[in-house]
Amino acid sequence: MGTKAPSQLKPIRTEKVETIQVLDAQGKVVSADLEPQLSDEQLREIMKRMVFTRVLDQRAISLNRQGRLGFYAPVSGQEGTMIGSQFALRKEDFILPSYRDIPQIVWHGLPLYQAFLYSRGHQTGGRIPENVNVLMPQIIIGAQIVQTTGVALGFKKKNEKRVAVTYIGDGGTSQGDFYEGINFAGVYQTPSVYVVQNNQYAISVPVEMQTNADTLAQKAVAAGIPGYQVDGMDVLAVYAVMSEVVEKARQGEGPALLECLTYRYGPHTMAGDDPTRYRTDKEQDEWEQNDPLVRFRKYLKAKDLWSDEDEEQTIEEAKEEIKKAVKKADETEEMTIPGLIDSMYETLPLPLEEQKAEFGKTEE
Amino acid sequence: MAQQMTMIQAITDAMRVEMERDETVLVFGEDVGKNGGVFRATDGLQKQFGEERCFDTPLAESAIGGLAIGLGLTGFRPVAEIQFFGFVFEMFDSIAAQASRMRYRSGGRYNSPIVFRSPFGGGVKTPELHADSLEGHVAQNPGLKVVIPSNPYDAKGLLIASIRDNDPVIFLEHMKLYRSFRGEVPEGDYTVPLGKANVVREGEDVTIVTYGAMVHTSLKAAEQIEQERGAKVEVIDLRTVHPFDIDTVVQSVQKTNRAIVVQEAQKSSGMAAEIMAQINEKAILHLEAPVLRVTAPDTVYAFSAIEDKWIPDSHRVAQAINKVLDF
Ligand SMILES: Cc1ncc(C[n+]2csc(CCOP(=O)(O)OP(=O)(O)O)c2C)c(N)n1
Repeated sequence: MGTKAPSQLKPIRTEKVETIQVLDAQGKVVSADLEPQLSDEQLREIMKRMVFTRVLDQRAISLNRQGRLGFYAPVSGQEGTMIGSQFALRKEDFILPSYRDIPQIVWHGLPLYQAFLYSRGHQTGGRIPENVNVLMPQIIIGAQIVQTTGVALGFKKKNEKRVAVTYIGDGGTSQGDFYEGINFAGVYQTPSVYVVQNNQYAISVPVEMQTNADTLAQKAVAAGIPGYQVDGMDVLAVYAVMSEVVEKARQGEGPALLECLTYRYGPHTMAGDDPTRYRTDKEQDEWEQNDPLVRFRKYLKAKDLWSDEDEEQTIEEAKEEIKKAVKKADETEEMTIPGLIDSMYETLPLPLEEQKAEFGKTEE
Repeated sequence: MAQQMTMIQAITDAMRVEMERDETVLVFGEDVGKNGGVFRATDGLQKQFGEERCFDTPLAESAIGGLAIGLGLTGFRPVAEIQFFGFVFEMFDSIAAQASRMRYRSGGRYNSPIVFRSPFGGGVKTPELHADSLEGHVAQNPGLKVVIPSNPYDAKGLLIASIRDNDPVIFLEHMKLYRSFRGEVPEGDYTVPLGKANVVREGEDVTIVTYGAMVHTSLKAAEQIEQERGAKVEVIDLRTVHPFDIDTVVQSVQKTNRAIVVQEAQKSSGMAAEIMAQINEKAILHLEAPVLRVTAPDTVYAFSAIEDKWIPDSHRVAQAINKVLDF
């Protein structure tokens, strides 16, 4: 075979992905056409939730350090994405969270004391109340993606105007389940929304090592579903895009993928992660310049919708509510081994009856 | 020269020794490179051997498994980490349907000289699917070996032997043992042979067959029984749980005529059932009492707030010993 002239074949390309932003880091509106039409009360509510969530994160971290909470994955820095995306949902919409997504499920109705019990490794933490449409947090990265497509297909088959929403990290987009789930969503045109919280790291591994693609948003292209990259530190941008795709999904127009660019200020979890091993203070400082609370507070203050007193009051209320929830968690009855055995099947098979009796004895 | 080391230090040392000795040894997985692993099991390896030989992967266990098989086919010795063994289900096809069958399917032309290392084990209050004892799930696949060390010396020697083995080895590291005590570990190169059990306590009256963290629980119960009634309990640490050293077990049972099996995993269909079956096959005429097992109950791994009641303790082991002695 002789040498050929260089080939004229052109590989397919995606267009350059634009990051959607409504507010800049100073809280100035940069795309007025996207600014959501929210009432003053709604805008204040978003701020309250972000402040509450920040306080919750700080309290959870200190409770964990005192040994009064168990497994916990910090959320500070990600409030814009978490609060903005959940605020676009209706109560009947269903959330399939991962371990970090406690704020979204709490704002969707999970009582706070149950979130604490979940963290402490207590079964009651996962006993979701009847009228709350969330699943327990997922530990297996990616499993929630395929299940979300299933939940959404269920809604579609039953003609319910409900949307299934799930969250995953940048690292999680490397899982086969991620691709499989969004591909199925495209095939069945399910009412589902996949929110990728790109906080730049999967524990220690930076997003550049997860993929050779320029963005995570463009992964939607191969699945044949719409994808958007959003400034995840801009709560209004997240809300604007999310409410649009959620309502489209509700109307039968199919699924969507959002990549929200954000950052976690804290360690990966409270179980010994040391971020100084893999990222710099300088990088963190730069991200903190874009803080979602600071930015939105400036926006509201300019509209005269938020004061220092509002901030103080929200912080106090949050502390009080957290205190009550901790107390309620403390007062929850302890689990027993026979109780765990009982919760395995609808009707207990005989060998398990025997084990129950045996463990009942040893516990006395 | 020997050094006092924790089990996790011994594990790191084993990888270092093998990477120094054999340049085909590669270490990879989630967070194993720059971060040195979430437990620091691979701490310093990337620094010493470079990113070509110790590297982070994207977050995908299925691909880590496939990558290991592919590298194995091209002359490398992969040591792949599964960050916690509860995530093995994501990799199960590579382990149970691919690596374990490579030699057989190719009539010996290809093999999978891979070590899949992974932390597991209860008592450290992890979230779900981190602590589960899933060794029975992997042991059921012909073609795999399953190794679970109980102390620093064995951990290093067994890991070196596993890396040198030409068949796939699942190497499970009990998290509770990582840093709970130190033991003497020789410097440099030595192996503890796969497939050989260790009699860690000699006795004439009853045999306990166990492995992993339950070795320590069983030793505690053995001391208690000796103090309480003078009975002498023999404790066998299998070390390689599959295929395991039935000869050592049978020799012991021929002497003691009584046996119990202790495992942290749930009761049904696991290693304990297999060990009991083989004792019955090979030593039933030496038995003076039924073989009993001490295990966790048949539930999903306990929620962490109650795991200490769920995991077998020395109390329950002692009860079983008494039952077998008094039969
Ligand atoms: C299947 C599976 N593999 C590995 C892990 C261990 N693990 C927990 S969180 C994490 C990193 C996740 O990173 P990312 O998806 O970016 O989400 P983030 O934690 O940053 O929110 C890893 C590797 C897991 N829980 N499940």
